[in-house]
Amino acid sequence: MADIALAPEKAKPKLREATSWDQLKHNKNWLGIWFMLPAMAFLVLFLAYPLGLGIWLSFTDTKIGRVGQFIAFENYEWLWDDGIFWLSIFNTLLYTFLASAIKFAIGLYLALLLNENMPFKAMLRAMVLVPFIVPTVLSALAFWWIFDSQFSIISWSLRHLGLISQNINFLGDTTWARVCVIFANIWRGVPFVAITLLAGLQTVSPSLYEAATLDGATRWQNFRYITYPLLTPIIAVVMTFSVLFTFTDFQLIWAMTRGGPVNATHLMATLSYQRAIIAGQLGEGAAISSAMIPFLLAAIMVSWFGLQRRKWQQGESND
Amino acid sequence: MSSVQIRDVRKSFGNFEVLHGVTIPIEDGQFVVLVGPSGCGKSTLLRMLAGLENITSGTISIGDRVVNNVQPKERDIAMVFQNYALYPHMTVADNMGFSLKLRNAGADEINKRVKRAAEILALTPLLERYPRQLSGGQRQRVAMGRAIVRDPQVFLFDEPLSNLDAKLRVAMRTEIKELHQRLKTTTVYVTHDQIEAMTMADKIVVMHDGIVEQMGTPLELYDKPENQFVAGFIGSPAMNFLKGTVRSNGVATFEGPNGVKLPLKSAPTASDGRPVVYGVRPEHFTIADDGAEAEIIVVEPTGSETQVFAKVGGEQVVAVFRERHQFNPGDKIRLKPDPSLVHLFDDATGKRLNA
Repeated sequence: MADIALAPEKAKPKLREATSWDQLKHNKNWLGIWFMLPAMAFLVLFLAYPLGLGIWLSFTDTKIGRVGQFIAFENYEWLWDDGIFWLSIFNTLLYTFLASAIKFAIGLYLALLLNENMPFKAMLRAMVLVPFIVPTVLSALAFWWIFDSQFSIISWSLRHLGLISQNINFLGDTTWARVCVIFANIWRGVPFVAITLLAGLQTVSPSLYEAATLDGATRWQNFRYITYPLLTPIIAVVMTFSVLFTFTDFQLIWAMTRGGPVNATHLMATLSYQRAIIAGQLGEGAAISSAMIPFLLAAIMVSWFGLQRRKWQQGESND
Repeated sequence: MSSVQIRDVRKSFGNFEVLHGVTIPIEDGQFVVLVGPSGCGKSTLLRMLAGLENITSGTISIGDRVVNNVQPKERDIAMVFQNYALYPHMTVADNMGFSLKLRNAGADEINKRVKRAAEILALTPLLERYPRQLSGGQRQRVAMGRAIVRDPQVFLFDEPLSNLDAKLRVAMRTEIKELHQRLKTTTVYVTHDQIEAMTMADKIVVMHDGIVEQMGTPLELYDKPENQFVAGFIGSPAMNFLKGTVRSNGVATFEGPNGVKLPLKSAPTASDGRPVVYGVRPEHFTIADDGAEAEIIVVEPTGSETQVFAKVGGEQVVAVFRERHQFNPGDKIRLKPDPSLVHLFDDATGKRLNA
């Protein structure tokens, strides 16, 4: 060891006072801001700006091709006295409530079913996802045909079975039209609910069910006391998203009914599009869109409180 | 409390048989430990006893009732799971009272029994906590509390201590044993840890590859293992095995690898030249001038004893001494097994040969 010659140490660089630029270079928050910038730019450009612009437009009388003037709440005053606007709110609430509730029920049922051991499980799970991967407009067109007044396969089948003598006017009758669009929305939305709840179910340890079975729980009690309480956090997330998506639905309705017949299936989103783009009244359309904000905020608030970590989920704190 | 009879029980998963006819009588109030390496079928057997797995053939009876087709909840058993399986969304009190609640017991009754169990297990201050707020040992006790509240005929434990750290495991071992002495409930306890089996059991059942290798009291198994598997499984450090032949001309001796000669108390009849396995426990070696020469490889002092790894006739053996010796790796010592404590096994079948 001793006879290894050590290379002469290089002269140390002289110490100098750290400039404020040096300090900034080593500041983690400064670096963090740079990393966040691209994402923030995206959010501002594609979310904050359109939202702000939409709200601003709702306070103007902008039309397509003409810069508007600030008119304060005039658009909203108009809408207040507009029966179709109120009808669209009613439709949207009805549509959202019924579709979400049924999607939840069917989705939960499917999730429980797919969580059981059965043959072809993987294939069945994949099949459940099919409605989800078909483009919305495509499935809407399919439903359009299924519910067509002349060529509907349902009417045809029922007629041949001798159950009805005349075609059902699915999309021409107000009640039927509502039923049809809600049905189509459920068909599209169930996979999301089912697969997400299934993922939640799979996080429940099987030994809990075994313990409960030994404790004397029936299958229903297993669900009521084990599955359901452990699933509530995921249910809250899924249903929040489901409600938001359903409330703001546009494609399905527009492709199937364009809001008809007699505005029976006009949702706020479709009405807004019709007034703003088709009719060119950008200000009024923006006001209808902006009117959705309080409803969506309310839905988010509900889920916000629903999503609060329950006491049993909290960490090791001893209080 | 009641006895449990397991008679010629078999279990197949598809075409694959994991239990090949197991018969275990368990007396009322006995603490029976099923022990064996993983995959030996001990947990499957316990789950069959609990009713979580079907019985392919044979019978299991609790008391004088055959329970093959009885629902788990009707079997009057309580089980403690390896991961405790505590309901995360229920407080300790609710966890413990859950089975009573399902039985529609009154609130007062539930309260009384949960309180009693909590007192036994020193859980009273924790009753309002959630499982996440408990330490491993506390969760373990809650899992036992859940079993005690039921006041069942039989307690089943499925490797309940394997998720605890070493120190806590020793403490809980004593606690479970003490609990059994107090409640005197028939207990079936599954573990892969032979120390747990030795320290807790009234009766140990050693299982291997779906059969019972031997059952008996801990000391019976330690003193007279019926075969090489049990001999190697019970005891720590494990028994040393040396392959060789018996020489019974004149003084009975064992001739091991590379001509090593080791003493025998007596040779099995008509056994000159018979290939055997010579088994000697590490603690049954002494240092004596007429012992076999051994070269020390590693010395591991633990304070109370010293483990010495050495080569005898080219084979590694381990010896344990209570006395303190100054050994260094490479030292030559002479090891002599106590002939009266030596075990002989048939080389082919592994069966015990000496009485």
